[in-house]
Amino acid sequence: MSAAGPSGHPPLGPTLDLGGLIGDRRIRTVVCCGAGGVGKTTTAAALALHAAERGRNVVVLTIDPARRLAQSMGLTELDNTPRRVPGVDQRAGGSLDAMMLDMKRTFDEIVLAHADEARAQAILDNPFYQSLSSSFAGTQEYMAMEKLGQLRAQADRTGQWDLIVVDTPPSRSALDFLDAPKRLGSFLDGRLIKILLAPAKAGGRAYLRVLNTGFSMVTGALTRVLGAQVLKDVQTFVAAFDTLFGGFRERAESTYRLLKAPGTSFLVVAIPERDALREASYFTERLAEEGMPLGGLVLNRVHATDAPEISPERALAAAEQLEATGAHRLTAELLRLHADRERLIARERHLAERFTAAHPKVGVVEVVARPGDVHDLDGLRDLARDLAWGSASDNAPGAADTRR
Amino acid sequence: MSRICFVACTSSGTVAYSQVVMPGAYRRPIGATGPAAITTLRQVTRAMRGSDWEGVRLHVVTGKGGTGKTTVAAALAIALANGGRRTLLVEVEGRQGIAGLFDSPPLPYQERRVALAPDGGEVMALAIDPEAALLEYLELFYRAGRAGKMLDRIGAIDFATTIAPGLRDVLLTGKAYEATNRRQAGVPVYDAVVMDAPPTGRITRFLNVNSEVAGLARVGPIRNQADAIMRLIGSPQTAVHLVTVLEEMPVQETTDGVAQLEAAGLQVGGIVVNMVRTSPLRAREIDAAARGGLDVEQVAAGLTAVGLPEGSARGLLAEARRHALRVQLERAERRSLAGLARPTYELPLVHGGIDLGALYELSARLTAGGAA
Ligand SMILES: Nc1ncnc2c1ncn2[C@@H]1O[C@H](COP(=O)(O)OP(=O)(O)O)[C@@H](O)[C@H]1O
Ligand SMILES: Nc1ncnc2c1ncn2[C@@H]1O[C@H](COP(=O)(O)OP(=O)(O)O)[C@@H](O)[C@H]1O
Ligand SMILES: [Mg+2]
Ligand SMILES: [Mg+2]
Repeated sequence: MSAAGPSGHPPLGPTLDLGGLIGDRRIRTVVCCGAGGVGKTTTAAALALHAAERGRNVVVLTIDPARRLAQSMGLTELDNTPRRVPGVDQRAGGSLDAMMLDMKRTFDEIVLAHADEARAQAILDNPFYQSLSSSFAGTQEYMAMEKLGQLRAQADRTGQWDLIVVDTPPSRSALDFLDAPKRLGSFLDGRLIKILLAPAKAGGRAYLRVLNTGFSMVTGALTRVLGAQVLKDVQTFVAAFDTLFGGFRERAESTYRLLKAPGTSFLVVAIPERDALREASYFTERLAEEGMPLGGLVLNRVHATDAPEISPERALAAAEQLEATGAHRLTAELLRLHADRERLIARERHLAERFTAAHPKVGVVEVVARPGDVHDLDGLRDLARDLAWGSASDNAPGAADTRR
Repeated sequence: MSRICFVACTSSGTVAYSQVVMPGAYRRPIGATGPAAITTLRQVTRAMRGSDWEGVRLHVVTGKGGTGKTTVAAALAIALANGGRRTLLVEVEGRQGIAGLFDSPPLPYQERRVALAPDGGEVMALAIDPEAALLEYLELFYRAGRAGKMLDRIGAIDFATTIAPGLRDVLLTGKAYEATNRRQAGVPVYDAVVMDAPPTGRITRFLNVNSEVAGLARVGPIRNQADAIMRLIGSPQTAVHLVTVLEEMPVQETTDGVAQLEAAGLQVGGIVVNMVRTSPLRAREIDAAARGGLDVEQVAAGLTAVGLPEGSARGLLAEARRHALRVQLERAERRSLAGLARPTYELPLVHGGIDLGALYELSARLTAGGAA
């Protein structure tokens, strides 16, 4: 059993040593990515707590924590700045701050920082800005990156944190985190925007001479469908935004570069299901293409066995045998449960092995599915035990018995 | 109305269910599956149970991401097509989830048949693309032709559907509205439209197109369009069903979602509890297992009786405990769902993933439960 991970199974691939990773003071940023609902937020929080209790000064940026988890981390105030998390063991000299991303506010702050007051106000009041800042698919990813950039700068300036752990938005695809900022950029830089800017730049109606009649048809159509006011709002928005745009793009690019810098490590989180592992695969390949450092795969919510010595076939045969005699009904039921569990585990491993076969060098750590949600610091500590499984000091004999 | 009539029919001993419960069946018989064929046991059971959503023509399926919205919407579309009817399954999030589910190539902006209902009937599908919908709309109302293409080329369509507040949603719901109301020779083309909708967190805003476009247009065609859509969505012809699994976050979202929908005056439909596991253990045993109170000696004796190592008893009890804790939590979540007092349908967890066979199985469950 000593070779087994927290699930009681032999390791799937090289072991991901997360205890070692966060113990390495050169690592200053950890980004948790993965498909929606796989446990990114929980993993980020558990890892951050673990690192803090091992002596690091950590800030964790969460995006959409479950309500009870947020409460237990003291994330009740949405003020877009990190707050100290109460109840963290600070004996090793570490600390934990946490914040929850407020996407709209982060966007507003950038606008305020980049434009003079009057212009900023015009943008903030514009209905198109309000729509873009609250619902554009990709704004959340962009703002998460922006916030990461801000926290990094603050950490460098004040020295208050030596580790930033980042959760990523609940997109369908893990790749969105990397793609969205560029998408927002190219959207704001598109042809239409240039055309709409033309009147403002050329002054008055000069654009009518510059552009062909097709364009007046276009504006005509837009005006008829949307109304003249809408078109004017768009133009105001675009014109106001244009002056900001250079700054925006620069920021996005510099944060993107930050992700490639040594000292950053990505963790891909997945559950043992086809879609989630496929996403994890795509993401792993993409990181390699971008030259971004992958820490490894956190395979969350795997099922554990406690009686690996009984195969599912044997368990079922034995259950049937008992049922035929009518005695030992409870034992028969437990054997059936065990057979179901072993079959589920076999399916999970089969899926996970496809990932490890395609990415044999990627380290993996398994986190056992808890029966219930993880919603307090003790729950996070409990998960962290699995996360840090690969570190010798945590992997004490008997630790397996403490798992739920 | 149909249920009352049905009772009358059975009491007189006639087997004429089709006339009362399946109007689509005699309107458009498909092959040999017209009224005469509708005497299978399942159909009789269904007819006796009746559908909880008689009169609903637009079924909106929402839920937390990953709980099975797409799967449930597809199963519901099949169930509603049963008995020679025709349904349209629409998706609005550009993910081609339906194509993936039916193993077909990506759906174009065009209605395609994706499945036949087991008792006759067909399921069509459409992936609504807001840009295509806007072009279609411009063409329809303005014969925009060249200007439309031009708009598309310079990115205006992309721009408008991306950031014009609410426009995207009006286009998406507008297309579903159009399909729901579409008639041919005076007869509705679809008996029902099922929408694989955005997740719970966004659904109320999405459906509330009226307030969505308030900032966009106070008068004019978009406004009129929004009003017409709203009349359908706010009417008893539309029901919003919520899919959940028995876990804390999705159940919480369901509860919040129901409250928001009700506050917005929208008709909350049923709750679909998806991926439900069953336990071989009895309630008393579950509680004992969770406490660690099952008798290890007793289990060990059972193991010995079939030649298994008695030492495995501890492991089996540890597994039983994990299982029991989970079942207890699911019970608690079920209780909070029951508090919503909505018709509730449970669908089992299908081992080994969802294929076409599994979809039919789930659709039969929905039918048996009265969802269709
Ligand atoms: N190992 C685990 N065992 C049990 N529940 C878990 C586990 N990991 C995460 N969860 C639960 O799953 C839900 C989704 O997790 P979350 O971290 O919010 O996912 P994501 O951020 O990827 O969307 C939460 O309710 C969380 O408590
Ligand atoms: N009853 C079920 N049993 C087993 N797997 C299911 C069931 N319902 C859905 N799934 C699977 O769960 C995953 C998410 O389902 P999907 O319908 O895509 O959810 P959503 O549309 O809400 O994101 C898919 O892999 C799907 O095959
Ligand atoms: Mg999250
Ligand atoms: Mg879906």
